[in-house]
Amino acid sequence: MSAADLSIGGARAALDAGDLSAVELADAVLDRASATEAQLHAYLLIDHEGARAAAVAADEAIAAGTAGPLTGIPIALKDNMVTEGVETTCASQILAGWEPPYDGTAVAKLKQSGAVIVGKTNLDEFAMGSSTENSAFGTSRNPWDTDRVPGGSSGGSAVSVAVGSALGAFGSDTGGSIRQPAALTGTVGFKPTYGLVSRYGLIAFASSLDQIGPFARDVDDALTLFEAVAGHDPMDSTSWDGAVPDARPTLDAGPEGLRVGVVEEMNGEGADPQVLARYREVLSALESAGATLVDVSMPSIAHPVSTYYLIAPAEASANLARFDGIRYGHRADGETVEELMARTRGEGFGPEVIRRILLGTYALSAGYYDAFYGQAQKVRTLAIQDFERAYEQVDVIAAPTSPTTAFKIGERSENPLAMYLSDVFTIPSNLSGHPAISVPAGTDDAGLPIGFQLLAPALGEPVLFRAAKAVESLMGVSARPRLEEVAG
Amino acid sequence: MPIEIDVAHVARLARLSLPEEDLARYGEQLGLILEHAAAIQGVETEGVEPTAHPLGIVNRFRPDEVRPSLDRGVVLEQAPDSTETHFRVPPALDAS
Amino acid sequence: MIVESASGRWEPVIGIEVHVELETKSKMFCGCTVDTEAEPNTNVCPVCLALPGALPVINERAIEWIARIGLALGCTVTPDTVFSRKNYFYADIPKGYQISQFDLPVCADGHLDIEVDGVASRVGIERAHMEEDTAKSQHAGDGGRIHTATSTLVDFNRAGVPLVEIVSRPDMHTGAQARAYAQALRQVVLALDVSDAKLEEGSMRFDANVSVRPEGEPELGTKVEVKNMNSFRSLERAVDHEISRQIAHIESGGTVIQETRHWDEADGRTHGMRTKEGSSDYRYFTEPDLPPMHLDEDWVAPIRAALPELPEARAARYRQMGLEAGAADVLAPASPRARELFESAVGAGGDPRQVANWLVQDVTAWLRKADTDLEATPLSAGHLVELGRLVDDGKLSSSAAVMVLGHVLAGDGAPAGVAEANDLIQISDAGALESAIDEIIAANPEEWERYVGGEQKLTGFFVGQVMRVTQGKADPKLVSQILRDKA
Ligand SMILES: [Mg+2]
Ligand SMILES: [Zn+2]
Repeated sequence: MSAADLSIGGARAALDAGDLSAVELADAVLDRASATEAQLHAYLLIDHEGARAAAVAADEAIAAGTAGPLTGIPIALKDNMVTEGVETTCASQILAGWEPPYDGTAVAKLKQSGAVIVGKTNLDEFAMGSSTENSAFGTSRNPWDTDRVPGGSSGGSAVSVAVGSALGAFGSDTGGSIRQPAALTGTVGFKPTYGLVSRYGLIAFASSLDQIGPFARDVDDALTLFEAVAGHDPMDSTSWDGAVPDARPTLDAGPEGLRVGVVEEMNGEGADPQVLARYREVLSALESAGATLVDVSMPSIAHPVSTYYLIAPAEASANLARFDGIRYGHRADGETVEELMARTRGEGFGPEVIRRILLGTYALSAGYYDAFYGQAQKVRTLAIQDFERAYEQVDVIAAPTSPTTAFKIGERSENPLAMYLSDVFTIPSNLSGHPAISVPAGTDDAGLPIGFQLLAPALGEPVLFRAAKAVESLMGVSARPRLEEVAG
Repeated sequence: MPIEIDVAHVARLARLSLPEEDLARYGEQLGLILEHAAAIQGVETEGVEPTAHPLGIVNRFRPDEVRPSLDRGVVLEQAPDSTETHFRVPPALDAS
Repeated sequence: MIVESASGRWEPVIGIEVHVELETKSKMFCGCTVDTEAEPNTNVCPVCLALPGALPVINERAIEWIARIGLALGCTVTPDTVFSRKNYFYADIPKGYQISQFDLPVCADGHLDIEVDGVASRVGIERAHMEEDTAKSQHAGDGGRIHTATSTLVDFNRAGVPLVEIVSRPDMHTGAQARAYAQALRQVVLALDVSDAKLEEGSMRFDANVSVRPEGEPELGTKVEVKNMNSFRSLERAVDHEISRQIAHIESGGTVIQETRHWDEADGRTHGMRTKEGSSDYRYFTEPDLPPMHLDEDWVAPIRAALPELPEARAARYRQMGLEAGAADVLAPASPRARELFESAVGAGGDPRQVANWLVQDVTAWLRKADTDLEATPLSAGHLVELGRLVDDGKLSSSAAVMVLGHVLAGDGAPAGVAEANDLIQISDAGALESAIDEIIAANPEEWERYVGGEQKLTGFFVGQVMRVTQGKADPKLVSQILRDKA
């Protein structure tokens, strides 16, 4: 077994015991990347030099006894996380070549923790998509079946963790962009409570929905990664300034006594039968292990996709207005600055980004605001109220993560609406700002991974992780993809 | 029914220069998406406050303190066009 | 306020929008220094340059200061308020939107009283909202004119400087009123010590919304926004010009269109600006990066309590102290140092009128000539009191007192010593003057006869002669007294 196949917990033990050096671990991970990248394209940039230097420093820290939980652990970052001096593109032509003069807060925390940053992973351009096909620099592929998508938008991060070209990774989740690719690649993907991880240095897609979170091979690792980046940041006014809820003490408390909500409106209707079967299987396993299943109704989340696809593009239309060809990134020629901006944006953004900018601009424009954006914000309020009522009766809510397993590359790219419906089960917790996690729940008949999703109220991380760990223990940590098929 | 939108006008508002044929295609796609999105108009929202921020927090202020600025050389290096001291762009149409 | 023209009677209606840059230490949403004089593009950071991933954080002092402005203008502070994004593309707007406020400004519903030619009126304040300033562009290339410019250079130092926009109600009717309103508003801002409010440097800027309607017509006419006035005089001229232009345009069969016009100081006209179609749909929505503000009475109370005395109230108080209206109006909004000198000198027994006159006239004239500030001189309240005492005691003539004041300002010492050293003390010793007077009577027997005979106007002649021989040091009152006694 290669060191690249270790969990973070396993690697930590080996590093601390001196059985493995951080440099050896980094080399194992970089070797794995060399073997898999040609097929999978998880990364947009691999920082060999930076990773080796960080590994050397990590070995010194370990020797000096100052190592923390992530010291020497190879980590991948979605390429919408700003990294000082390392090209950050958001998988967009409009930002190609940009070398940021600063680190985002989560990145800075990871560096301080001694983590070894392997590189920047592929994504749907500006995190807009559910397949990673919208990357301007080529799609990533699912290691379980390379004809299929890894999900998105954080597809590259999911793939890196699935195949061991990183031991853990970070992505961002605006409508399911961590949980859905986690489900499709057999990894754990966690979206924290909105505000628990600073958004400073996360290139904004939809400000009121975006949240950074981890990908990991198991629930323990996901918690370790989350702990490294969570906490108040004075640079992000929307970050939570109270204590980060501590999920460690109750992590292994098991399913007994947990009240698990089964939502009438998120019970998997419209989902693939195998996804649905697996969802029900996990529910009964939980029940047999002592959890109580409670039926709850949340009528107002009946239109999550519509609500989301008005709010997110509206915010995005403003967030992406700064890409004008003046201060950084791509520039097209123009006789006037207006022409320069319009051409830069017309040719610099890909079709999905343009589609969403147009959609959001329309939803905010004079005469349509009340009917579209304004109404969506009110429906959002109703959805939050639904959740609050539900959490009076239950500790967590269970739902499938994705209605289907990984789909074929190209299968949905001509039909934006079908693609948007991939997010039907993940969007509600973005609208409410609540935490949610996807844990592997086995595979379908074709051997493709299926995810099981748990949702909890705001700051409900302790109960969420407890439930997730319980599911993991009941279902077993999923098999890994067969590397001989993807290693070149 | 797909919703008809003046996509050229929307593109102008969004400062996007797009070829005619693309505009037409975007117009059709947006019409279909909006038809689906219009479902929310049937939700009764009389008296419901809109949600702009998911956390109910207020008054996040910073003290009036100076923090270091960026080095000008580093900043201008990222610009597509600049002088030693300034970002450079073509003249504005609506300036006078 | 009706304008009579060839074809009828018109009522002009004017509203003013004023932008004031706050002089906080750091910018509105980031820690960069507020210093628009600095080398271009040196006070910039990820936030104010709108680098991808950067987020704004509200400078609390700016919110306190806009509340201070609002309270001084009699506004209410909105208890629950938010920032909004105003979306438009411009090279000077780095984010592609300006963080501003839409339907919930920090301050609303106030007023400001003005006076033009002795006629007082009240101008309503609709709102004062918080926003951020834009970057600054300059045209490079031949002559800097747009049609010959080859490029535009952009400096982001000003981007993100806290900016308060104060919107009046359409309560003014003449250029003179517009000017009086802008001037009064500037005095308020200066008194609150929140901005240097320099017109020529653009830290205070105004736009005027001008429309005209036939007398008696209840509906407002189409309004035109006039920009680019950088002095009070040009504001008045631009408004008056625009009023005449609209009336003439309507009378010649035209229709006023809603547009933005640019004031040209050189040719004294407003000119329409080319604007892009559809540029006025700002798509405002609540800024998701900034949580709402809850400015309740607990938050407002200390700001209200700390409000300084405003120029209007101070002028009234000064008038009550016996100042003439003119001096009170000049001194009330004067520099804090001048007011401090005035108030402490009066507190220490100085005569209010005398001290005010010295400060308003003589000190001001001396400072202007010496091209310096009051703060740079050693003049103290004690000096003013001492000078007053010297005049009251007859030791200094009023003209000598002004000369002494000049020496004190120049740092030559305290009044008594300066007067002594420069030989300016009046001869108020009757004995010393009597011999001089006797000599002059002897030398002018004819005039003396006539004076004794009752020709009062010769008093001046004799006083003048005495002043000449004493080199101006004689106390003229005492001289007349002695002359009267001798006659
Ligand atoms: Mg404004
Ligand atoms: Zn800044």
